[in-house]
Amino acid sequence: MPDLGKYADAVLSAYAVSIVLLVAIVGLSLWRGRKVRAEMENVERRSGRDG
Amino acid sequence: MSLWEYANPVKFLALSERVMPWLWVSSAVCLVVGLIWGFFFTPDDFRQGSTVKIIYLHVPAALMAINAWFMMLVASLIWIVRRHHVSALAAKAAAPVGIVMTLIALVTGAIWGQPMWGTWWAWDPRLTSFLILFLFYLGYVALWEAIEDPDTAADLTSILCLVGTVFAVLSRYAVLFWNQGLHQGASLSLDKEENVADVFYFPLLVCIGGFVLLFLALVLYRTGTEIRVRRTRALMAREAKLA
Repeated sequence: MPDLGKYADAVLSAYAVSIVLLVAIVGLSLWRGRKVRAEMENVERRSGRDG
Repeated sequence: MSLWEYANPVKFLALSERVMPWLWVSSAVCLVVGLIWGFFFTPDDFRQGSTVKIIYLHVPAALMAINAWFMMLVASLIWIVRRHHVSALAAKAAAPVGIVMTLIALVTGAIWGQPMWGTWWAWDPRLTSFLILFLFYLGYVALWEAIEDPDTAADLTSILCLVGTVFAVLSRYAVLFWNQGLHQGASLSLDKEENVADVFYFPLLVCIGGFVLLFLALVLYRTGTEIRVRRTRALMAREAKLA
């Protein structure tokens, strides 16, 4: 760990906030993408079955 | 082969499925390498101390905040002129990513500004235009959510995107328009005298590459999701008509 001196809180909090936000947008996008794909496949199966 | 082929949702999805794994992996590699390089293996700045390490997040996020809006502008213009649904959905998909990039730029800027300027916030031209850009992003997403008919939503959000472009341009060039305010000039410049020192520049370039690739991966993935939402709605509407 580098010596961040008196600015350690500022540097670490900037990294923490940014990483949390990046992980959140990736995680939410993947979660919604999977949910929507499953819904679409479900509806496609149903419409295929019903002709 | 023409670029317009990818206005076909099936072709767009097939291409994005092929490209996305490479984008996810390369963005992760660039971000990990760039951030570790910048955080652990670069020296402190003689004036700014260790806060200079915030540059590896602040500058790429700010660049992407502005460029995401420009990408939305191009997609919106394609929608207005050629009525390709994929382009409208791509603009919609990019907006939340732009919000996150703008938020990172604003928050890291405030955290960086406090020890350097003695204040978290100042009504400086660049900071203010960035805040307005952030509000435009929120308004853009809210407008998509508020209108039920997707084509009307695409029309109105495209107009909003055109108007918001003024602030995207201001965010980029505010420091040149107004020679005042706390924010420094551009960190990256083709002029060697003005550009940041090489020791900070190269890890910064890797981080910018990581942010660009992550943006592309997210936009492709989220556009795919929006295309599937549209197809699901169409199938359900057909079911309801037959019932």
